[in-house]
Amino acid sequence: MIPLSWMLVLSAVVFVIGVVGVLVRRNALIIFMSIELMLNAANLAFVAFARELGSLDGQVFVFFVMTVAAAEVAVGLAIIVNVFRLKETVYVDEINLLKG
Amino acid sequence: MIPALFFAFAALLVGCSLMVVLHRNPVTSALFLVLAFCSLAGIYLLLHAEFVAMVQVIVYAGAIMVLFLFVVMYLNLKRDVEHGVHLALRRGAGWILGALLLAEGVWLFGHRWAAGPVSPGEVLSAPGGNTQAIGQVLYTRYLFPFEITSILLLVAMVGAVVIAKGRGPHARRAAPAGTTPEPQEPA
Amino acid sequence: MAAVWDNPDLQFVFWALVKIVVILFTMLTVVSYMIFAERKIAGHMQARIGPNRVGPFGLLQPVADALKLFFKEEFTPEGANKVIFHIAPMLAVIPALVTFSVVPFGPQDALRVTDINVGLLLFLAMSSLGVYAITLGGWSSNNKYALLGGLRSSAQMISYELAMGLSTIGVLLLAGSLSLVDIVRAQQHWWFVIFQPVAFGIFMLTALAETNRAPFDLPEAEAELVAGFHTEYSSMKFGLFFLGEFANVITISCIAVTLFLGGWNGPWLPEQLKFLWFFAKLGALLFFFIWVRWTFPRLRYDQLMNLGWKVLLPLALANIVLTSLFVWWRAQG
Repeated sequence: MIPLSWMLVLSAVVFVIGVVGVLVRRNALIIFMSIELMLNAANLAFVAFARELGSLDGQVFVFFVMTVAAAEVAVGLAIIVNVFRLKETVYVDEINLLKG
Repeated sequence: MIPALFFAFAALLVGCSLMVVLHRNPVTSALFLVLAFCSLAGIYLLLHAEFVAMVQVIVYAGAIMVLFLFVVMYLNLKRDVEHGVHLALRRGAGWILGALLLAEGVWLFGHRWAAGPVSPGEVLSAPGGNTQAIGQVLYTRYLFPFEITSILLLVAMVGAVVIAKGRGPHARRAAPAGTTPEPQEPA
Repeated sequence: MAAVWDNPDLQFVFWALVKIVVILFTMLTVVSYMIFAERKIAGHMQARIGPNRVGPFGLLQPVADALKLFFKEEFTPEGANKVIFHIAPMLAVIPALVTFSVVPFGPQDALRVTDINVGLLLFLAMSSLGVYAITLGGWSSNNKYALLGGLRSSAQMISYELAMGLSTIGVLLLAGSLSLVDIVRAQQHWWFVIFQPVAFGIFMLTALAETNRAPFDLPEAEAELVAGFHTEYSSMKFGLFFLGEFANVITISCIAVTLFLGGWNGPWLPEQLKFLWFFAKLGALLFFFIWVRWTFPRLRYDQLMNLGWKVLLPLALANIVLTSLFVWWRAQG
C-alpha cells in the first residue's frame, strides 16, 4: 500500500515543476502545457485523498477539473492561434499590445 | 510490487514533467507531456481509480494533447532560442521561487499528512470496478455541477469558434472558407 | 524456487507473457496473410489473378514481401526530426497490440490475456492514441505532403473518434458493463447488432475512418499527397506503418465482433470450440474491410468532415437517447 504522503509529495513536485515552467518559459504553448501539469498535480492529490478517505468525491472532482482543462485548452489555443496570425510570435514577452 | 511500480511511474512522471519545461522544441515538450499523462494514468490505476485512469488517457493524451500538437504543427514553430541550461541560469528567480514553494509544500505535508499507510476504502475497491459508483455519485449528488459543466463546454466551444474565425481583415484572409471550424492547412 | 513459483503475482505475469507472445505471433501471421488476401481479393474483384508466383497459389508471398522490406535501404530525410521520425512507426503498432490484451477470443480464461473492468475504455484510449503515429510521422518527415497528410489525419481521427465512442454507449447501456467479457455474456441470446443496427453502422464507418482505410484514406491519398504521411518512410519503418494499419483493422474488427456480433456466441459448436465463431465473424469483417476498399471512391475532405460532424455524430447521439429510453422502459416493467 502506498502512503498518502508519497502521493502528496509527488503531487507537490509536479505542481512546482508546472509553476517553474510558467515562470521561466516565454513560449505561450509551453506555459499552457505547464498549466496542464499543475492541473494534473491537483488531480493526483484529489485521487489520492479519495483513496485515503474511501469516498468517490475526489474522483468526481477530477472530472470537473478535466472538463475545465478541456474548455480552457480549446479557448486558449484559439487565442494563441489568433495572436500568432496577428503578431507572428508566440513569445509572451513580445505580445505587449497593451503597452502601446 | 506496488511500491516498485509507484516509484517507476513517479520517476517517469517527474522526469517527463521536467523535460516538458526544459526542452526547447515545443513538439518534444508536448510528447513528453503525453508520456507524463500516461504515467499519471498508471498511478491512478495503482490507486484503484480505473475509470479516472482511462478517462485521463482518452481526454488528456487522446484529445487535449492532439490539439496541442495540431497547433504546434500548424504554427510551424521552430526550436526556441532559449535552451535548457542557459534558461535555468538566466531565469534563476523562477527556479528559486519554485524551490521555495516545493520546500513549503513538502514541509507542510511532512508535518500534517505523514500518516502512514492509507486505510483501504470501502467504496473504491468494489470487485466490479468503480465506474458504476462514480456514475451514481455524478448523476445524483453532483448532478447540478455536471449540468453546469455542459454549459461551460458549450461556452468554450462557441468561444473557440468565434475566436478562431477572427474579425479583422488579416484574420478574414486566413479564416477558413468552408463551414468547418477546423484550422486550414498552412499555405 | 517453488516459493517463487507459488507467488500468484508472478504466475499471473508469466501466463500473461505467454499469452502475449502467442497473440503477437498469431497477429503477425494474420496481418501478413491479410495483406496477401487483400491483394488476392482485389485481383479477383478487378478480374485479374493477383499474386501467384511465390509458392503454391502465391501463399509464400507474405514471406517474400517481408524479406524485401527488410533488405530495402533505410532512408532518413535531411532536416527530419530524427528521434520522432524513428518513434512514429512504433507508435503505429503499439496501441493496436495493447488492445488485444482485453479482447476475449473465447469463453475460457485461457483464451484472453486479461479481463479488466474498463476494457471498452482501454480500447477507446488506445484508439485515441493511434493518431499520434500518423501525425508525428507526417510532421517529422520535413516534407509538405507528409505534413498535410498528418494534419488531415489528426483532424479526421479526432472527428471520427467522437462518433465511435458515442456509438459504443448504446451497447454499454444494454450490457451494463465496461468489461468486454460481460458484454459478450450479455449477448448469449440476442446479438447487440439486432438492437443497435444504427450504432453498428456508425461504428463500422468510423472504424474505416480511424484505420485510414478507403474511402476515408485521405491522410495517404495517393492522387493528391503522393503517399501522405509515409511519403518519406522506407524499408521496415514503412513496413511498421503498414503492419500498424492492418493491426488496427484487426483490432477494431475484434472489438466490433465483441460489441455487436456476439463475440464467441453462436449455435452448434461445443463450449471448447466456441472461439471458432469469433474467428469466423472476424474473418467476415476483415473481408468487409477489403471489399469496401475496392468498392467506394475516396471522399472529398469537406464531405468527410460533413459526414463525421453533421451525420454520424447527431445519429450517434439520437441512438443513445433512444437506447436510454428503451432501457428505462424495460426497467419500468
